[in-house]
Amino acid sequence: MLPCRVKLRDLQEPMSRRSLSEPDGRVAGAALALRGLAKQYAGASVVDALDLDVAAGEFLTLLGPSGSGKTTTLMMIAGFTPPSAGDVVLNGRSVTALAPERRNIGVVFQNYALFPHMTVQENVAFPLKMRNVAKPEIARKVTAALHLVQLDGLGARLPRQLSGGQQQRVALARALVFEPDLLLMDEPLGALDKNLRSHMQFELRRMHATLGVTILYVTHDQEEALAMSDRIALMNGGRIAQLGSAEDLYERPHSRFVAEFIGETNVIEGAVAEPGVFAAGGVRLALPDRAARAGAALLVVRPEKLALCSPADAPAGFAGTVRGLVYVGDCTRYRVEVAGGLLLTVQTPNRRDGRRAALGETVGIALDPADARLLPG
Amino acid sequence: MPRPRVWRSAEGLLTLPALLFYLGVYLYPLARIVGWSLYDRGPTLKFYRAMASDPSLLHALGNTLSISLLSTALCLLLGYPLAYLIATAAPAAGRVLMLLVLVPFWTSILVRSFAWIVILGNHGLVNRALLAAGLIARPVRLLFNMTGVQTGMVHVLLPFMVLPLVAAMRRIDPNVLRIARSLGAVPRRAFLHVFLPLSLPGIAAGGALVFLLAVGFYVTPALLGGPGQITLATMIDMEITNFLDWGMAAMLGVVLMAVAGVLFAAFGALLGPRLVTGAE
Ligand SMILES: Nc1ncnc2c1ncn2[C@@H]1O[C@H](COP(=O)(O)OP(=O)(O)OP(=O)(O)O)[C@@H](O)[C@H]1O
Ligand SMILES: [Mg+2]
Repeated sequence: MLPCRVKLRDLQEPMSRRSLSEPDGRVAGAALALRGLAKQYAGASVVDALDLDVAAGEFLTLLGPSGSGKTTTLMMIAGFTPPSAGDVVLNGRSVTALAPERRNIGVVFQNYALFPHMTVQENVAFPLKMRNVAKPEIARKVTAALHLVQLDGLGARLPRQLSGGQQQRVALARALVFEPDLLLMDEPLGALDKNLRSHMQFELRRMHATLGVTILYVTHDQEEALAMSDRIALMNGGRIAQLGSAEDLYERPHSRFVAEFIGETNVIEGAVAEPGVFAAGGVRLALPDRAARAGAALLVVRPEKLALCSPADAPAGFAGTVRGLVYVGDCTRYRVEVAGGLLLTVQTPNRRDGRRAALGETVGIALDPADARLLPG
Repeated sequence: MPRPRVWRSAEGLLTLPALLFYLGVYLYPLARIVGWSLYDRGPTLKFYRAMASDPSLLHALGNTLSISLLSTALCLLLGYPLAYLIATAAPAAGRVLMLLVLVPFWTSILVRSFAWIVILGNHGLVNRALLAAGLIARPVRLLFNMTGVQTGMVHVLLPFMVLPLVAAMRRIDPNVLRIARSLGAVPRRAFLHVFLPLSLPGIAAGGALVFLLAVGFYVTPALLGGPGQITLATMIDMEITNFLDWGMAAMLGVVLMAVAGVLFAAFGALLGPRLVTGAE
């Protein structure tokens, strides 16, 4: 019935064992490409000409604030929402015109969306039944899939007899059992408590490594995105603000939005007045990058790249008064008011030999210009 | 689990007026009727024996049940697609459709039944249109038979089927239907394996409601039916207005209630009590 591109693998072998015994025995995921994918609702652009390439077997996360168009993008890839323009390409073949059931894409939603009237077993068997797989093979694959998500023996339960975490595992088993080319997950861990969340993050990574399926993952939780993804596409207002590894986004943000969305950051608004010097109020900083273009600019630097020093040793303008201080266990965060009323956050590790400061004390802020990034203002 | 404290204290008293009202206005008359059906200058079963030995009464009982079952089936057949349309339409369109379903409630059953006489009679709108179009040579009998009764009853009962169906269908998570498609179900199979089973509570609730209302219907079968559609409700009316036989009338009422109750219980056993009562 369905063109099953991937040969149905011998799932009767428990998958975790298979991964150990046949390290290269993977289900190859498909490469996904979005070409100018767009969606408008009543004239308002929700997803704006999105271009994105996800490599086969990659774990790519769409990260972004609420309303940035993540779910809408996912819905278009799955075929639930017709795009206003553009193309969804799976393994080089456009699937834009195909109905959802013809795409061979697994989907997991935050609310699990299990079939409430079917047992766990029937839920997981559903995609195989729809593909007219023979009964004994269905039984074998369902058992293997339930083993993969560590739900052995719970097959006879109804979804409402399971905890949230278990329901999520069923949803995952159901989305994986037919060996989809691509797995789409929309905030799948959003409804779980913190401990279960981090456990499931780990599990998902393990399954991804075992199965080699391509995963497009949606979350608005940046920690989750940083922890899990090969690459992250940070979305804002229906566009990709930046695409790169977790380190790229954290260390080398391309814009103020990216810098401020991922982690904490200090943003100093100023200008490049003379070649290689950033100036803002009393702040003057010589930059390693002498080619910086003159004009309005932002200096972006992470709190943990800053350190306390004596006021005399600080670069021009980087001395001030400690206005706030938060002890957070492994480190201390200081709010230092420097010349011009600018507040900078400095985070220092709590080491015995580390420099400390008290509220109201005058301190200097040490900064290696190589740790700061200059962005167009 | 112990009851929350509020239930054992003052707030529990708030249900008292409703409880007393129910006792006085519903349970007491019901008990009186059961009493009448068993009493004639002393306890007796003679009314029930009369029922068993009177073919016309048994016939009326059969009519009542077959008319009610057919109405329920027709309401489901017409109501399910309508409810589906309402439940899946855009909110604004859904409200308009829902309003159209409710419009018949704005006029009395009596008026609507007489209106059907005007429309379905031998010289009514339908027959004249068919004659004018040359589709028929002489008027078709649409009144004073099963066709007339069902037309009138389905018209009145349809909203009672549609409302619970729409409510049940709106409770179905759209993501569940999307997932079914993504898992490989073509629309027809997604409907059969997922939507239809999840709408069963609505079918059960609507079916039960329509059937119970149909069993007690009096005006429509009496006005739009013929001799072949005499129902128990008509017989009850005759026993009282023609013969002043309250014992017979009470017995027929009790029989009607018992039969409906038995059917309802059988229905529940078949589908599971959860579906019929709607409780989780
Ligand atoms: N059916 C619709 N009709 C009109 N507007 C819509 C529709 N679906 C989504 N939108 C709008 O599109 C924008 C993006 O929605 P989307 O659900 O894709 O965001 P998201 O990134 O998934 O957000 P969240 O993190 O809150 O889930 C929102 O402003 C939303 O209001
Ligand atoms: Mg979303």
